[in-house]
Formats: sequence, C-alpha cells, structure tokens
Amino acid sequence: MTQAANALFNATNLACRRGGRLVFSGLHFALPPGRALILRGPNGSGKSSLLRLLAGLGRPESGRIAWGGETISDDSAAHRARLHFIGHADAAKPALLVGETLAFWAGLHGGGADDVTAALAHFRLERLADMPCRFLSAGERKRLALARLLASPAALWLLDEPTNGLDAAALEDLLRAISDHCAGGGIALIASHLPLTLDRVETLALDDYTPRGRALAA
Amino acid sequence: MSGFFRLVRRDLRLALRQGGDAATVLAFFFLAVILFPFGVGPEPEVLTRIAAGIVWVTALLAALLSLERLFLADYEDGSLEALALMPLPLEFQVLAKALAHWLTTGLPLVVVAPLLALLLHLDGAGYGALVLGMALGTPTLSLVGAIGAALTLGARRGGVLLSLLVLPLYIPVLIFGVGAVEAAVTGLEMRPHLMLLVALLLAAIPLAPVAAAAALRQAVE
Repeated sequence: MTQAANALFNATNLACRRGGRLVFSGLHFALPPGRALILRGPNGSGKSSLLRLLAGLGRPESGRIAWGGETISDDSAAHRARLHFIGHADAAKPALLVGETLAFWAGLHGGGADDVTAALAHFRLERLADMPCRFLSAGERKRLALARLLASPAALWLLDEPTNGLDAAALEDLLRAISDHCAGGGIALIASHLPLTLDRVETLALDDYTPRGRALAA
Repeated sequence: MSGFFRLVRRDLRLALRQGGDAATVLAFFFLAVILFPFGVGPEPEVLTRIAAGIVWVTALLAALLSLERLFLADYEDGSLEALALMPLPLEFQVLAKALAHWLTTGLPLVVVAPLLALLLHLDGAGYGALVLGMALGTPTLSLVGAIGAALTLGARRGGVLLSLLVLPLYIPVLIFGVGAVEAAVTGLEMRPHLMLLVALLLAAIPLAPVAAAAALRQAVE
C-alpha cells in the first residue's frame, strides 16, 4: 500500500483479535480524499472485522486508526457523524413503511427530506415508499439499506458486501453512487468478492496480514 | 426535531402498529390480579388487606413481561448496530427507548391499576396513593429494566435471566409503592414514601442509561 502524504483516513499497524484468535496484524492503509478501497480476502480473513473497527464498533488489539490526523476514538461522536456503515443486516422494521424507515435513519444522521427523496429515487424505491418493509424482497431490502448512504451526508462509507442480493441494475446504481461520492471527495471502503468497476480505486488484500496468508506466502 | 424524539416516535409507532406487546401486558396484569380472589377466597376483608400488594407485585411482573423485547428486535435486525453508530449518544437513545417503553406499558398499567384495585376492595383512602405511587414508580421499572434487557442481549433464555437480574432491583420500588398505599389507608403520611419513589426515579434517570448503554456497546462489538 502506498503511503500518500495527503492521506485523510489511515490505519497504522492495525491488529484485530476476535474470540481469542488473531484475525490480522500489521495492517496499513492511507487514503486521500476521493479514494475507494476494495477489501479482498477469503472468508474469515477479517474484512468485516476491519470495517467494524474502522466504524468504531470495538477497539483494535493494537495500532491506530486516524481521520485527518486525529485518532477516531478520541472523538467518537464526530467519527460517527461522518460515517455510514452498511453491514449484512438491513435494519428495516417489518411494520414501518419504506419511506418512514429511510426518513428515520436520515433524520438521526442529519439528513433532510430532500435527501431522502433523492436517495429513494437513486435506488428506484419511490414506488415502494408507502409499502411496509415486510413486503420487500431481499434485493429491495438491500437497496433500502444502501439508500441510507445518500439520505444523509457522510464523508466515509464502510460497506460490507454491499452487492449481496442486488440485480444488475441495482449494482449499477450502487457503483454510480460510490463514484459520485468519491468524485465529491468522499472515501469508501468496500468489502466485496465481485470485481467492481470503479475509477480511482485501490485494493487491499487482507491475506497479506492474516497469519494463514503469511504462512502460505513464506 | 431532535434524534431523541425521533427515536421515541419510531418506537411508539412500532408499538401502535404491532399492538401486541402493550395489549399482552395489560391482559396479563388483569388476568393475574383476578386469579387472587380465586386463590385466597373472595372475603372482602382479606382482599382489602392485600389489594395494594397484589396490584403492585402483578404490575412488576407485567412490566417485566415486555422488557425482553426492548432491545432484542433492534439487535436481531441490525438496527441496534446502526443506532450505535448514530451521532446521538447511546445513553440518550436508551433514555428514549425507556420513555417509549413506559408510555406503551407503564402508563397503561397506571391507568388500569385503580380499576383492578376496585375489584380487590381496596380501601377508598388508598386510590390516590396507588395511582401516584405507580406513576412515580413505573418509569423506574422501565429504566432499571433497560439495564437487564441490555445485559441479557444475545443470551439464550434471555427472558428468564432478565427476570432474575431485574426483579431483585425492583424490590425498593415495591416496598415504597405499597408503603404509600398502606400509609394512606391507615391515615399516616404517604409523602415520605412517594418522595422516596421520586428519589429512586431521579437516581435511575442518569444511571440506568449509562449502564445499559455500556452493555449495548458490548453487545454490538
């Protein structure tokens, strides 16, 4: 990984331990504004764990995560305000309408009604806005979760397998959203098994930092 | 509108649409109370003597019934993780959820309690103390219960564990709640009992959200 002098978001010598097992160690990255980073690695190589650490869910075993030179745990409220984390679960309530769900999450994160409308339009959910979430298909639920990215502003996107369940058109919508985000100076970290066609993208192979990957390389 | 009230409104909306929890709590309260005349006999003197105790103990158990769901649904569908990453501190979110829980379960209990006390021949002097005491005591039940609900997230048989954790902590509320009614019925001052209930509530408002939020952070880590 190249060390960029103008890095905005970076991790140094990061190690993660889960359930007593060392998942990865010595992990580095440094991302300037407008860059996307794809996380690659086999199952269990720590892609999700890394994204959760970067979101501030849990503390690293060692190492430092910094945004603009400030360690994220020093001001975790500011870090939470600047990030979107979309994990495997959809965070949609069966009894709430699609529009209500998105407006709720946007409202808690400083988004307005215009942002919500635009986000629904981008992921082509307008027609479903008045539908209770219990009637959504898996792909539609995923699109609703991804619409949270656009429904309130955040400089840092952390996406864990965002392409799961998406059809080709929705995948295009997602890639366009990520491209626009990065073009506007945002940073995105994406764990994915699919080849994603994005500009200005770097790749981080988790296996370079896992005990198993090192053993294979040696 | 601040995030705090957005969260309260969402939980109220969910409770209204699903409807089940609040209705179950009230039905349980009602049924459990009317079991007692069958168990101890219908003599008014006996029932009058134990009416306040029955209503309070049953209200504690009814409040407990709905606590397991307080964070569990959010935990299971990933909302809790997303909430933990919102700018609004988790402590305030716990307070908002406890408030919504009280509005949907505690408040209905307060409203129904005098009716059930009437069935049990509670002495006429005790109704004011019963309603005031429950209005001051049930928010504490929701707040203290939130700690238990947060601690038992992800545990198997969480509901049973929750009862074991929370019921001992409910004892002070029970003592002063029943004490207020006893005092009013026997012509003594009920104020000291009610003020102690206020003191418990004032202690629970800042402390319970801090404890519950710490447990929730562990749960989503």
